Amino acid sequence: MNNTFYGKLIFELSQSGRQGYSLPENRCDEYKMSDLPKELMRENAPLLPEVDELSVVRHYTNMSNNNFGVDTGFYPLGSCTMKYNPKINEEIAAHREFTGLHPLQNPETTQGALAVYYFLQTSLAEISGLKEFTLNPFAGAHGELTGLMIMRGYHMERGDMKRTKVIIPDSAHGTNPASSAVCGMEVVVVKSRPDGTVDVDDLRPLLDDTIAGMMMTNPNTLGIFEHNIAEIAKAVHDCGGLMYYDGANLNPMLGKVRPGDIGFDIMHINLHKTFSTPHGGGGPGSGPVGVREGLEHLLPNPRVVKVEEEDYDYFKLECSDKSIGSISGHLGNFGVMMRALAYILTLGRDQLKWVGPLATLNANYIKESLKDVYELPIGGVCKHEFVYDGLKDKSTGVTTLDVAKRLLDYGFHAPTIYFPLLFHEALMVEPTENESKQTLDEFIRIMRVIAQEAKDDPEMVKTAPHNTPVRRLDDTQAALHPIVTWRELVADNQ
Amino acid sequence: MSKIIDGLYYSESHEYVKVEGDFGFIGITDYAQHELGNVVYVDMPEVDDEVTAGEDFGAVESVKAASDLMSPVSGTVVEVNEALEDEPGLINKDAFENWIIKVQLSDKSELDNLMDAAAYKAMIGE
Repeated sequence: MNNTFYGKLIFELSQSGRQGYSLPENRCDEYKMSDLPKELMRENAPLLPEVDELSVVRHYTNMSNNNFGVDTGFYPLGSCTMKYNPKINEEIAAHREFTGLHPLQNPETTQGALAVYYFLQTSLAEISGLKEFTLNPFAGAHGELTGLMIMRGYHMERGDMKRTKVIIPDSAHGTNPASSAVCGMEVVVVKSRPDGTVDVDDLRPLLDDTIAGMMMTNPNTLGIFEHNIAEIAKAVHDCGGLMYYDGANLNPMLGKVRPGDIGFDIMHINLHKTFSTPHGGGGPGSGPVGVREGLEHLLPNPRVVKVEEEDYDYFKLECSDKSIGSISGHLGNFGVMMRALAYILTLGRDQLKWVGPLATLNANYIKESLKDVYELPIGGVCKHEFVYDGLKDKSTGVTTLDVAKRLLDYGFHAPTIYFPLLFHEALMVEPTENESKQTLDEFIRIMRVIAQEAKDDPEMVKTAPHNTPVRRLDDTQAALHPIVTWRELVADNQ
Repeated sequence: MSKIIDGLYYSESHEYVKVEGDFGFIGITDYAQHELGNVVYVDMPEVDDEVTAGEDFGAVESVKAASDLMSPVSGTVVEVNEALEDEPGLINKDAFENWIIKVQLSDKSELDNLMDAAAYKAMIGE
């Protein structure tokens, strides 16, 4: 692990008069700066850094070395599916024929891009067991909002205006209630049973003619498959509601279960999780939304439609006034779609079916290997991820936060901690299908070392990390008095 | 081991009510502050707002989670603890000393639905 932290600003490298470019001499005598109207001339030079090319290259290379990513080490961040982004995706997405397109170009000149959109849309529909997808939403939560607007649109279209409530399990991702609230729906929480699955007995009394639908992840946020899904879907459908599938945990289902086959009507997929596109600092993501037959007309504008002529096919954009409307500029994050389609085509139908089982195998391998030292509140087979409730031996005072911080010293990214909220010391591990047995074994070994350190030298673990360029941050102070700009930092240091 | 004070009323969602005459001081228990971890923000109602038993009247945000504050009783807010605006961590220092709102109780019989110290102690398993 690189332990030197590079913290310079490019402005600190600036030397007056230095430049990394040379412009040709102005030989056009008729064009002089002094000929420009005075009101267009600035009085002072802009405050730009004055640096040479090598300094710029070193600056950004050193900055990039501060990063930790899947390309540098194991990243078992539960609930996030931090899978490897194959480089062939980048190569395909970088083709100039695609990167050079303008979103406002006439569709007659962008048939290739529309074919990519259409082919990915139909591939996702087949993978999910649904009728049609829109690729327009920019990210997962944006997809949730789009899906809920479709749910609302379905009821409003029928004149059924009473259905204002969405049922969400207490173990759900926080985005589910947030998206519902943004969509103007009221959230009703259904409890989990001790094994983390939805309590069907708690669900039934909630079902009436005010229910618009139910949002679920399956497997749920504890990595447990909701085996009562058929019963749940039937009960919700019987009361007139729709089933929404939060695709956050789709990865273990690939090749085994299709949401459309187990009763879901609407879903979103996080391409940046299941289909290997990058999780970049907050974007760009992509959250395609799929619907079952009978809901396609509600999908957002525009839709990419295939027109079959006698001797050739072509694609066109179609807008409908029955749609929920437009939810994004143009057709979403096209570069992300290119990567996802490249991933699907690289693996192919047969290999794609191995993604779910291998992700499940890796998670269960770690779970079983550490349950003698970490508290496993829910036994049995998990799917792609699982949750420990902290160390088994709580007497040392070493918490989940301390374990996560200590992992950084050993060069691993920390797992997700304190989520889901069902356990006090939740530590959530998702290895993904990409990791080799050697990597998993090394992670297991280090987790055991940390468990032993917690007994032998708890104070050392409680003050970790020790080997990272930045030591333990005061997250309380960070939340109370965030310092997010250079000026605030300078002011704070004085 | 969490601190529990005799003579207060406790709710299942870990709020307490300290009754003085017609008024109740509402806050979160020592157990709750411990479970939440360092509190970084308290979202409080305003004076003259109505609170209803079993419904939320604000939220408390810690480094771990944001949780709704559920009112154990109904009534009118007569005072909010403004010190928490600048220093929400006071709740971690002493959750019982640093109440969140003071309420004029509209129905004292609601107190019968709450737990006493012994019952609350049993509920949290201490």
